[in-house]
Amino acid sequence: MLLQINTPIPKDLPLDLPLPEWLLVTLLIVSFLLHIIFINLMVGGSIVTLWAQIKGLKNKEYDTFAHEIAKTITVNKSIAVVLGVAPLLSITTLYTIYFYSANALTGFAWIMIIPLVTIAFLLTYLHKYTWSTFENNRKLHIGIMALAVAIFLFIPLIFLTNVNLMMFPEKWGTVQGFLSALMLPNVFPRYLEFLGACIAVTGIFIVWYNNRKAYPIEEIYTSFTRYSIKKLGYSIATIGLSLQILFGVIVLFTLPSKGISYSVIGVMTIAGTLLAVALWFCYQTIVGEKDKIDLHFKKIALSIFAFMLVYGGSRQMYRHNSLEKHQELVADHTAEFQKLSKEARENPVEETIELEIDPSLGELAKGTAIFNQYCAACHKPNERLVGPPITEMVSIYKNDETGLVNWIKNPGKKRDDMPQMPGFPQLSNDELKELSKYILSIK
Amino acid sequence: MFHLDWLNDRFLIAMIAILHVFINHGLAVGFIPYITWLEQKGVVNAGKDQITDLAWDKLVYKKMKVAFIITTTIGAMTGVGIWFSVALVSPASIGSLIRVFYWAWFIEWLVFVTEVVLILIYFLTWKNANTSLKAKLRHIKFGWFLSIFSWITMAIIVAILGFMMDPGNWNNEQTLINGFTNPIYLPQLLFRTPTAMLVAGVFGMLLTTIFAPKGSEMRAKAIRYAGKWILAWTPLVIIGAIYYWNVMPSAMKDNMATAVGSQDFAQYYNLLKYFIIGAASISIVLATFAWIKPKRINFAYVIVPCLFVFGFLGIFERVREFIRKPYVIGNYMYSNLLREEDYPLYKRDGILPYMTYTSVTEITEGNKIVAGKDIFMNTCSRCHTANPQGVNSITYVFERMYGFGKPLDENSMVAYIPNMHNGRTFMPPFPGNKKELEALVAYIKQLQQTGESLEGVQTTGVQINPLNSAASVSKKLEESAKENEKQLTQK
Repeated sequence: MLLQINTPIPKDLPLDLPLPEWLLVTLLIVSFLLHIIFINLMVGGSIVTLWAQIKGLKNKEYDTFAHEIAKTITVNKSIAVVLGVAPLLSITTLYTIYFYSANALTGFAWIMIIPLVTIAFLLTYLHKYTWSTFENNRKLHIGIMALAVAIFLFIPLIFLTNVNLMMFPEKWGTVQGFLSALMLPNVFPRYLEFLGACIAVTGIFIVWYNNRKAYPIEEIYTSFTRYSIKKLGYSIATIGLSLQILFGVIVLFTLPSKGISYSVIGVMTIAGTLLAVALWFCYQTIVGEKDKIDLHFKKIALSIFAFMLVYGGSRQMYRHNSLEKHQELVADHTAEFQKLSKEARENPVEETIELEIDPSLGELAKGTAIFNQYCAACHKPNERLVGPPITEMVSIYKNDETGLVNWIKNPGKKRDDMPQMPGFPQLSNDELKELSKYILSIK
Repeated sequence: MFHLDWLNDRFLIAMIAILHVFINHGLAVGFIPYITWLEQKGVVNAGKDQITDLAWDKLVYKKMKVAFIITTTIGAMTGVGIWFSVALVSPASIGSLIRVFYWAWFIEWLVFVTEVVLILIYFLTWKNANTSLKAKLRHIKFGWFLSIFSWITMAIIVAILGFMMDPGNWNNEQTLINGFTNPIYLPQLLFRTPTAMLVAGVFGMLLTTIFAPKGSEMRAKAIRYAGKWILAWTPLVIIGAIYYWNVMPSAMKDNMATAVGSQDFAQYYNLLKYFIIGAASISIVLATFAWIKPKRINFAYVIVPCLFVFGFLGIFERVREFIRKPYVIGNYMYSNLLREEDYPLYKRDGILPYMTYTSVTEITEGNKIVAGKDIFMNTCSRCHTANPQGVNSITYVFERMYGFGKPLDENSMVAYIPNMHNGRTFMPPFPGNKKELEALVAYIKQLQQTGESLEGVQTTGVQINPLNSAASVSKKLEESAKENEKQLTQK
């Protein structure tokens, strides 16, 4: 399947990796994990805020709850962005040509991430800082958040499309722009699984955030209690985890066969089990007694964290499997090219430009031919083209062939309204003399 | 390749990068010490029974809020945007740089993460700090600490810029150290530091005119402070600029005889001189006026100098970029992303057989234009647009030479292009062979006639070079492996 005619084999950069591959892979997985946690909080937080604020139209407490979550989004998003640079750096180092090829093929969407995310960020600030301003126009205020959420929901699709497309060089020849790359298998299931993760992580975050001793719940809310908000957090996490498991199974079944191995399936199953553990304890907490609300928190948080690590690892294994064969071909192709390049470098072909010599011109024949080859692009006999006409040269260098030869060898800048003339190091002294002879013969 | 046929690919990077520099210099490196200074003034000028002058503190907080929102949205995203746009426009060069300088960027990332966290803390703890004098003083101290930290971030980034610009050393010594020891490192830093302060002062004054109530004492005081701030830093800007201006061409000339010597560079360089003089004197005039007659200053007076100092930074970065040419990585990779060492091969066989994406490998009369288009994409499109209306379009640069509106002459162009790098030293040499040259010229001629544009792969997709498909590459590799075996057995 890989060896089909329309799989391109680009050449890699002929530079070694800066670190051993395993270390780069570790840095990639760990830094990506940190990045994605804050992304989850940013996206999930926005979704929860929007939901709570809509609910807040009827129940004021939910509006306050939305405001409290909204305050965390702007902080989490700043950390998410800055944490994203390290995985970006690592993936481009490890999979340079794959990642860049995918970027280029989805170019418009890829670069649109920048203005879109900027707008979404500005919207989240606008939303946060106009909470009391729009007291009487709640729907407009919710509209601001809805717009931000819409953007936040779209951006992950672009990223997922890219990391998906990079694994399938055999599709590069058929992809035309972002939309067609979006339609490749496995993008949507992974996306929906990701949204589940956003909601799950945000749910757990809400539990932690409202469990802090210094956080004055009683001053902020009138009817909500620490217990009721924590329970809400667990419920949100339960919904998220269920979605994750549901779509995770679909991801597993729709995984294109090329990178699958038993170990990938095995590791993914372990990841799924960890999710199931987290879901079980979440459910136990919700249906359990009031004083046992904190009992399973650590277990849930840990199993979600472990899931992320294991799942991230399995994705890397899958990526590795999918690209291994192709990478070998690329490496060989690069080596082959370097060999050719070295050969050519060591045996340079003298550039012999064949001059069209017209024997009927007698002793001026060679000079004429040189002029036509090298000079006629810019100089005409009687009128100015790029440089001055020949007649002007003749008036300056009459009876001074050496002067003209020296000028052509090493021209300077003479006239303000014309560009500087290039030098002609490839012409020999003899050739320059012939050329000058011809130039000065023009009347 | 990704290509924007109207905007110009380089221009995309330039726009994002310059916006980032404005925000980084003006609203972070320069602005935080300015804000901390003002915050401190509030405490110093407050009555005995107050922690700080609350109305004043609120004004300073509002200014910080604007800077905070802008830096954490547009500032942060343009920073990432530089990575994104360079990845699209110049993948081979940035890929090579990352392979070599991974650690430098990794360290910068750590410093940067810390800076973002510190800014978040500084801004978000502002209101809580107003509850006691001790907390307020700690907050101010933290402000100064953050100021130093963001200056250090800049000092590291300038070094990273330094190693990318350092042309001679790529092939010898690829370490970050020569970013710091680079001859333009110190001048750049000495120039950028006061400039950041100047931009911050002017921008701060602009914000004062927006936020402070008209005619109030507080407004006059804030404007006067901004004036003092600008007056204090402008002389250093001038000194730094003169130093930098004098040292740059000679420092760069030692390393490469390229774009620096050219006339186009001289033009930019002169323009930079006027911008330095203009921005400095207009700032002094504004600051003096603000000092003497603070009540007369309003938004309209400040916006012009504000735009002027922004323009000044922009042109400064443009000049700094220009000195790289014709290379993107000094003496290693040309700005067309082809490595200098591969040129002999391309000259011998042509470049098309070695490009991963092209439909033409053998040029004939019939496919000449298509071939020319692929050659243009692979050798010209990083800096030139095809569409005659585009920025720095290929037809525009030729018409500028041969006369606007006149039909281009193919013979002249064929004779000119192989020599162009001798006269226009900022241009890389044309890499292809004679046939490719003719195809390229035919394509350019057609561009002039039809005014058509060239779409990048983000819309049209790619056509895989049949010589570089998996099938033929593995066949070739098998053959050469057999060849090797044969040679071995013969021995």
